[in-house]
Parts: sequence; structure tokens; C-alpha cells
Amino acid sequence: MPSADTPAAARPLLRIQGLHKRFGATEILKGVDLDVHRGEVVSIIGSSGSGKTTLLRCVNLLEEFEGGEVVLDGEAVGYRRSGDKRIRLKDRELARQRAMTGMVFQSFNLFPHLSAAGNVMLGLRKVRGMGRAEARAVAERWLGRVGLAERADHAPSQLSGGQQQRVAIARALAMEPKLVLLDEITSALDPELVGEVLATVKALAVEGATLLLVTHEMRFARDVSNTVVFMEKGLVAEQGPPKAVFGAPKHPRLVEFLRGTRDR
Amino acid sequence: MDEFLTEAWDARDVIVGGLLQTLSISALSILLGTALGTAVGVGLVYGGLPLRLVARAYADVMRGTPVLVLVLAAFYMPSVLGLHLQPFSAGVLALTLFCGAHIGEIVRGALQAIPRGQSEAAKAVGLTFYGVLLHVLLPQALRSLLPPWINTCVEMVKASTLLSVIGVGELLLRTQEIIGRNFLTLQFYLLAGAVYLVVNFAIERAGKALERRVAFR
Repeated sequence: MPSADTPAAARPLLRIQGLHKRFGATEILKGVDLDVHRGEVVSIIGSSGSGKTTLLRCVNLLEEFEGGEVVLDGEAVGYRRSGDKRIRLKDRELARQRAMTGMVFQSFNLFPHLSAAGNVMLGLRKVRGMGRAEARAVAERWLGRVGLAERADHAPSQLSGGQQQRVAIARALAMEPKLVLLDEITSALDPELVGEVLATVKALAVEGATLLLVTHEMRFARDVSNTVVFMEKGLVAEQGPPKAVFGAPKHPRLVEFLRGTRDR
Repeated sequence: MDEFLTEAWDARDVIVGGLLQTLSISALSILLGTALGTAVGVGLVYGGLPLRLVARAYADVMRGTPVLVLVLAAFYMPSVLGLHLQPFSAGVLALTLFCGAHIGEIVRGALQAIPRGQSEAAKAVGLTFYGVLLHVLLPQALRSLLPPWINTCVEMVKASTLLSVIGVGELLLRTQEIIGRNFLTLQFYLLAGAVYLVVNFAIERAGKALERRVAFR
């Protein structure tokens, strides 16, 4: 455990320790440990049902979890301790902690009643408390960075899947989160639209954003990550730099998994 | 025909007065019922178990009871408790409770039809529960909610006639009083029917215009 006087730069931005999560009788996460450092890009790979998405959702407090700790920038999120009891934080606290992370979803989840700019502006105005003009300027800057400056006033339904996902990235990034969570963000896209979204994420990585992503795009994970994490049956089975994980996998399930995805 | 026109002209103030009563009863009960119904709908979807049970019981009892019974109950029951409600207030209370139950179900359905991802994305941005509700869920619910809401408004105008039995001088009671004087039964009931038709047609048209305005582009 880092003590309180550990300099902020030395301790990990995100520390997950012993994370346990169950849905009814099924244990999805069985004690996950994972560190993400500032400016690092960490990709989680693994087969369906290994708990990758659930792990991201726990970090963003969209799921409750029964055991373990998620510490973001030195602050335990989701729960506080009272004696030996864990107590779920109140809505207002959860909302404040969620605003420290940005999340991009597999199914985009843009707000259909708002324009592209309106989607980006909502959090800026209602969470960050910006005025309309300021929020609009920030939204336009971010839409420009994902290559959609001309689409600011389009409704989500008027955009392609790839464009919608780029708006969703702008929506998450405009809030200047400490950590960005990307949950299989290309899985719902037509193959020819995957490239534009991955290029956007790659640009963010180059600029030093801290990213924790779940992906099925092995080549992308290899190109963009500092660390690749292989999850299997609710545990981190192997992790390391992409060269080691892809080049010299040790865990037998990882070897098998990579053989199955070799053509990706 | 001449006789009817003369009688109708003589009764014009009474008819307009009745119409105004009908309109204010309907408008009040729709307004209050919508506020109540929104709260009930939100409670049904997002409330904790006790709140959900209360909202569910309220909605089921109100929807399962004839409106006429509600009107009579609202008029007679408070006086048993020593509370005296004017017929107008009692009637509006009954219609509001009835309206709130129906709109509660409409709001519940509209909220449940919104994909889960919407509230998750809104939470992920850092909005609190009320922020999510106010800025993301209710604006989207509004679109699927409008057509059945307009229907309910029309039903409320029609249900306002039931207040005639507790002596509220709305359009139907006034019409009956006029007929009591001149015995032009068929003519004056037709006239009243035509007025209700015009009111409800106007609501229908206004509703359609509103639907077009809030539709997704």
C-alpha cells in the first residue's frame, strides 16, 4: 500500500486490489489486482465472460462490487469503511468520482435528443458548471480533434457508427478525466469504420492520455499499449509489455487464446 | 329550429359558463395529475421497495376504480372526517388522483423503454441521479409519452362530465338545467356533444403539433 506521503507521480493512478464481483451465484471477478500508471495505455484481452468489461464497469462504479478496493489517484472509490463494514457512497459522491474517469461504451450510447455538440456539452455544463458559450467552445475544440468539427450540429442519428463513436470519445475526453475507460469500442462497428476510431484512440495515447481499454483488436493492443493484461475466468492470468505477452506467452490459456485470434 | 336558436341564444351565458367550468376542471386535473403522475412514474421505476409498493398500490387502486366512484368518494368521504370540500375541489381532487395514476403508468412505460446505456452514459459523465433524470431520461421519455398523454387529456375532459352528479356547474349539468326549462332535449344534448367534440379535437390537433416539435431529427 502506498502511504499518504508517497509522491503523486510515483504511485499508480489506478490501483485495483483484490477485486471481487459476483452476479447472484456466479463469481465474475475473483480477486483482480491491476495497476495503471499516469500516461500509460493498458489493454485488457481475454475471451468472453472472462470479466474484462465487468472490471471496467466496477472502476467507473456502474457496478457494485463485494470485495477489494479500487483506488483512483489516491482516493478509494465507491465505498467507505466504517469499522469493518463497507458502505456504498451516496449518489452525489459516486457522481463526483465517476467524473474523474471518462467512459466510452461498445454501443456508443450518445444521447439521441441532443446534437453532437450537445452530447459533449452536457457534462461540461451540468457537471463542470460551464456557461453555454464556454462549453460550446470546448465541445467544438474536441469535436475538431476527433475530426468532426463540421458535424457539431448533427443529430446522432445522422452520423455513421464510426462518427458516433468519435463523438462519444470527444464527450468523454472533454471532461478532462484522469483516466479514460474504453469498453470494446469498435465491436459494434462495421469493419471499414474500425480504423477511424482506432486512429483517434492512438492519437490520444500519443498525447499522453491514460487509457484502460478492453479490446478484441489484437494488432491494435500490440501497437498502442504499454501493458497488455490477459484475463481468464475472473483473474489476471498474465500481464506484461505487448512484446512479451504476444511474442512469448507463458500461460497455456493465453497461448490457446492467441492461436484463436491470430488472424486479427 | 327557430325556437332552439332563440333558446340557445338566451342560454348563451349559461353555456359559456359551463364550458369555462369544464375547461378549468380539465386543465387543473391534467396539470396536477401530470405532476403527480411524473412523480409516481419515477417512483415506480427508480424507487426503493417501500416507495415502489406505495406507488404500485396507488396506481392499481385508482385505475381499478370507476371514476364516478372516485368522484363520489372525494365528495362524501372527507365530510365523514369532518373536512368539508367544495364540490369543485372534491371533483378536481378525484380527477387528479385518477389522472395521476394513468400518467404514472405512461411515464413508467416511457422510462422503461429507454435503453439502459443512456443512464449509464449519463452517469459516466458524472451526473447525479436527478441530473440523469432531468437532462437525459425525461427529455427522451417525453417523446414516447406525448401520444398517450394527449389521449389522457381527452379522457379527462370527458370524465369532467361526472362532476355533474355532485353539483358542479360544468357544461353537462348546465345543459341539463337548460333542458329542464325548455324541454329541447335532443337539440341541447347535441349542442353539448358538439362543444365537447370541438374541445377534444382542438386538444388532439395541439398534441399532434407538439409531437412534431419535439420529435428527434
